[in-house]
Amino acid sequence: MSEAIITVQTNENAKKKTKKKLFSDFREHKTYYFMLTPMIVFFILFSYLPMFGVYYAFVDYDFSKGIASKFVWFKNFEFLFQGGFDSIIWKLTKNTILYNIAFIGLNTFFQMSVAILLRELTYKKFVKTSQTLMFMPYFVSMVIISSIVYNLFNYDFGVINSAFTAMGFEKFDFYSTPAVWPFIIVAVEIWKGLGYGSVIYLASIMGIDESIYEAAYVDGASKWQRIIHITLPLLKPTVIVLLLFSLGGIMRGQFDLFWNIIGQNGFLLNATDIIDTYVYRSLTVNFSMGLGSAAGLFQSVFGLIVILTVNYIVKKADKENALF
Amino acid sequence: MAELSIKKQRNSIQQDAGTRIFNVIAVTIVSFFAIVCLLPFVLVLSGSFSDESQVAINGYKLFPQEFSLQAYKVVFSNLGDTIGNAYLVTIYVTLVGTVIGLLLTSMSGYVLSRTDFKHRDKAAFFIYFTTLFSGGLIPSYLVNTTFLHLNHSLWAVILPGLLGPFNIFLFRNYIKGIPHSLVESARIDGAGDFRVYWQIIIPLCKPVSATVGLFLALGYWNNWFGYSLYLISDKDKWGLQYLLYRMLARMTDAVKDSQIVMDALPSETMKLATAMLVTGPVLLFYPFAQRYFVSGLTIGGVKG
Repeated sequence: MSEAIITVQTNENAKKKTKKKLFSDFREHKTYYFMLTPMIVFFILFSYLPMFGVYYAFVDYDFSKGIASKFVWFKNFEFLFQGGFDSIIWKLTKNTILYNIAFIGLNTFFQMSVAILLRELTYKKFVKTSQTLMFMPYFVSMVIISSIVYNLFNYDFGVINSAFTAMGFEKFDFYSTPAVWPFIIVAVEIWKGLGYGSVIYLASIMGIDESIYEAAYVDGASKWQRIIHITLPLLKPTVIVLLLFSLGGIMRGQFDLFWNIIGQNGFLLNATDIIDTYVYRSLTVNFSMGLGSAAGLFQSVFGLIVILTVNYIVKKADKENALF
Repeated sequence: MAELSIKKQRNSIQQDAGTRIFNVIAVTIVSFFAIVCLLPFVLVLSGSFSDESQVAINGYKLFPQEFSLQAYKVVFSNLGDTIGNAYLVTIYVTLVGTVIGLLLTSMSGYVLSRTDFKHRDKAAFFIYFTTLFSGGLIPSYLVNTTFLHLNHSLWAVILPGLLGPFNIFLFRNYIKGIPHSLVESARIDGAGDFRVYWQIIIPLCKPVSATVGLFLALGYWNNWFGYSLYLISDKDKWGLQYLLYRMLARMTDAVKDSQIVMDALPSETMKLATAMLVTGPVLLFYPFAQRYFVSGLTIGGVKG
């Protein structure tokens, strides 16, 4: 009875109290608010303001007029979507998603395999040295990597073509054969991320209770058996979480990778143009801000839908692993 | 009894053979990957020490052909000032960006980790939302140029890279792991929120600071993108990576257009020499930095 009365009273005072609370909270923890201010300003300026900038996707951008450019409704989108399966946006989306699927699948496979092998190897120096070497590509810029790729594959003096010549084969013109570039790009992506990714998996494997392995060892399990019956099943949750994280970014391209390796080589664009490179070209080469903004908005909205869908499905299946 | 010991022995012999095969295979595979990761850098290094005319005839090899310092000499004499200036720009951007970024990231992470800060979940979502939806490159560019007027300024490279959701959450999760009693006892001694941050939390955050600092520094050092958007026409403000980016593009152009340039300069080995100069500090530094990456990445999940 008394409890009920108290609840009623609290409800009556609730409005007043929240107002008071907010204010007293501010007074009590002024410092917190001051310390957060730079962060809030930062994200407003560099993330939230540009969100309003999606307005540019609906204008025929004119550099002399800026924000006063003519509002054209969905004209930019019509242009991008024109032609169904031959449309610009279809090609870009298809490339972006297919590349990302290849990246996600193969990265997971290679990074996990290396991590599992490193876990089972007992030669400390070998493990450390190989880890250091595999981590190397992660630290260099894509500009450097682009020069490496160029020196490997170019026609006149590329390493591969000089090897071909030395072995008596004919030279192969990589830079005018679009079909080979998806493989090269995927290989470079795996190469660059191998060290970094395997560290994450290795950390997760090291978190597995050592006594399980010891028990298996006492029971006479071989290393293969330990991998298949202990490591892999216990690694599954980590793999799923990481896969979901990457699935959420399936519409986001590795701009740095594609732009530096392919750049504006028109000959290869059909096989290698992704949304991000298209947007960058719109901005820096074609100066078609409206079209670029429209493609960017499509990417963001589609990406958000993918994330929400994935999260919804995960939440239904297993609440623990949901993103939010 | 005797039977049992024989069985055991056989078992252990079998295991050893299996283990040995496993080890051989594992070492082979891991070595293969390690070598594949190393090899391209050896090629660049040996190329940069090669004689240009030999490269033109034979292509690149694993070992320098007719070891020569020609490329480096030409780079230093013809591009010495340009590269020196780009070095200064990159060092400046990296230092300023990393220091300010680290300060702001740690402050944000600290406040978000405090249980007595009521709006921490809202603040976390405010940050997390930026990873779910973004305006895209062109709206960002237009805001930065027409609204913030960052064009032609190095701040255009520094500011956008200061804070990232991943780094903030990394800090928050690390601080959450610091025993609460430490903060409590400081409170009782009369320390305010900022004092707790500066004198208790920060000194305990060395590992995560090293990790986030390295992430930031690496990002700034390897950045070419910001320069390509905001500083195209400001040659004296080009960073190292962008200078190399332009060299790679322009030298190929030069080879096509003008016979003189191609004959006069060892352009191909020059590119490699410049590449080595640009990335050298990172490659020398990273074996020492690597363990901080590893320890930082094991701090744990980065859920929003």
